[in-house]
Amino acid sequence: MIMAKRIDVSGLSAYYGTTKAIEDISMSIEPRSVTAFIGPSGCGKSTFLRTLNRMHEVIPGARVEGKVLLDDENLYASNVDPVAVRRSVGMVFQRPNPFPTMSIYDNVVAGLKLAGVRKKAVLDDVVERSLKGANLWKEVHTRLNKPGAGLSGGQQQRLCIARAIAVEPQVLLMDEPCSALDPISTLAIEDLIGELKSQFTIVIVTHNMQQAARVSDRTAFFNLSGVGQPGKLIELDDTQRIFSNPSVQATEDYISGRFG
Amino acid sequence: MTAATTSVTADARPISRKLTANRLPKWAPAAIAVGSIAVGCGIGAVGGLESHLQWGLISAVLFLLGSYLVSAQVEGRRQAKDRFATSVVWVAFILAVVPLVSLTFYTVQQGISVVNGNFLSHSMRGVIQSGPGGGIYHALIGTLQQVGLATLMAAPLGLLTAVYLVEYGRGKLAKAVTFFVDVMTGIPSIVAGLFILSLWNLALGFSYSGFSGSLALAILMIPVVVRSTEEMLKLVPNELREASYALGVPKWKTILRIVLPTAIGGITTGVMLAVARITGETAPVMMLVFGADAINTNPFEGPQQSLPMYIWQQYSMVNNDFGYARAWGAALVLIAFVMGLNLIARGIARWRSPKGGH
Repeated sequence: MIMAKRIDVSGLSAYYGTTKAIEDISMSIEPRSVTAFIGPSGCGKSTFLRTLNRMHEVIPGARVEGKVLLDDENLYASNVDPVAVRRSVGMVFQRPNPFPTMSIYDNVVAGLKLAGVRKKAVLDDVVERSLKGANLWKEVHTRLNKPGAGLSGGQQQRLCIARAIAVEPQVLLMDEPCSALDPISTLAIEDLIGELKSQFTIVIVTHNMQQAARVSDRTAFFNLSGVGQPGKLIELDDTQRIFSNPSVQATEDYISGRFG
Repeated sequence: MTAATTSVTADARPISRKLTANRLPKWAPAAIAVGSIAVGCGIGAVGGLESHLQWGLISAVLFLLGSYLVSAQVEGRRQAKDRFATSVVWVAFILAVVPLVSLTFYTVQQGISVVNGNFLSHSMRGVIQSGPGGGIYHALIGTLQQVGLATLMAAPLGLLTAVYLVEYGRGKLAKAVTFFVDVMTGIPSIVAGLFILSLWNLALGFSYSGFSGSLALAILMIPVVVRSTEEMLKLVPNELREASYALGVPKWKTILRIVLPTAIGGITTGVMLAVARITGETAPVMMLVFGADAINTNPFEGPQQSLPMYIWQQYSMVNNDFGYARAWGAALVLIAFVMGLNLIARGIARWRSPKGGH
């Protein structure tokens, strides 16, 4: 039903105004797998993630050079509509951000409703499926008409995941989705990521290396050579290899806690 | 650790480590207030001061001094400063509220005897101005129509300008728009009236009408709406916009369905406050609507009346007790109307504002 897609990035640099945030990144992200981005603060992980669904350019003065291929389509070709890109590449943010004016139900179907889907039967179905997919159905199915902002932080984040998967994207980007959550909610979301990877291509940015080791199949390590320097991709490999026997010294230093 | 602490305090003034101190009882500020009012009134009465305002001011100064000195004696200087600041806040609050309450009270007292069904449902047509009777129906209709038309023009324009400034505006054009909105905020109402008079009535040759008044009112209203809406839109967290974009929602729909609904409570309050502001405008209405004693339900043709202008005419042109009474009655209705609008605005703001579960 949902066709997870692979992503091929080549020669990608991103700028904020005249500041270069990331430089010359090339990598492949496999479909139906979880790829984790790790690295010290300011190394451009989040910026790179945001270039994958053209959210980077939402910030005034931000721009991108290079290519991002979703299967074989270049997201940065001149005739590509960023709105359409974001429908295929969904995103979950660091802090839970449900729409405050909407109920739980309306939050889940916001993407569909705003795209013009009106049929109640279809929407009801999507709400149940997405909330079940986000492991939230049992907790909220009796109060779907209550405001989404009334849920706990962990529930709100799962609501945001439900909202993101309700539009059936092919790729799901997660920008530190657990950094504002307690260990129990974090566990719930990590379990969820494990389930979702059978359908989606998932990319997750995390500061928590245990988390990267737990949830991801492949791990990319980013680093920057100094303050004010652009971030770079150091290496990308199977998670197991990265955490046991990385090929670059900097990766090993970072993972073993010698810096960062 | 202890060595370091003692060395810091050794050469400086020793810091008291005692956790308990004398405290004034809870009723102390009230007692000081009553005492200073009594003394203030006493000084006023003995000194033969005519104005009760002076009595009040003397009491206020006594209260400030009293609460500082009493507290300094019992609780020490730091607490005394705190008490003093609290007292200043209270005195300022009372000074601000006294005129408001006395104005409302006086208007109700003077106006309530005139306001009745007849007053609200009759115009001044065929009423001898220097005699009793007559009403404000024509002025009420005029005010409602002029303010309504002005709002219909100014609210959408102001709203769209604010959306442009917050969501789209970059560079020189946005700066210029902001600048002109700021300039417009400072336009005296009479200048707005003169502008419409010279443009609409003299240059384009239209005659006096409610509509030409509402054009001037709209000019006064637009900057207020822009400013308040702008502030409200800026309060909408950027995360919500990004969440919406990330779902593949286009920018215009994000603004329409996410940003505006989130801010609608504050926007409505802003528009209502702007309405309340122009409802009391007299100068441009006088120049452009001209005033009438009869009912004119067509705002696009012929002179109309409006409440503020009615008050002014009854007060200054009739200039006897019957005129004064009608002016107070109209003032009461005007205040009630504006207050009603404010209450409605607050109601809408509470009803539509984003709801958390906490």
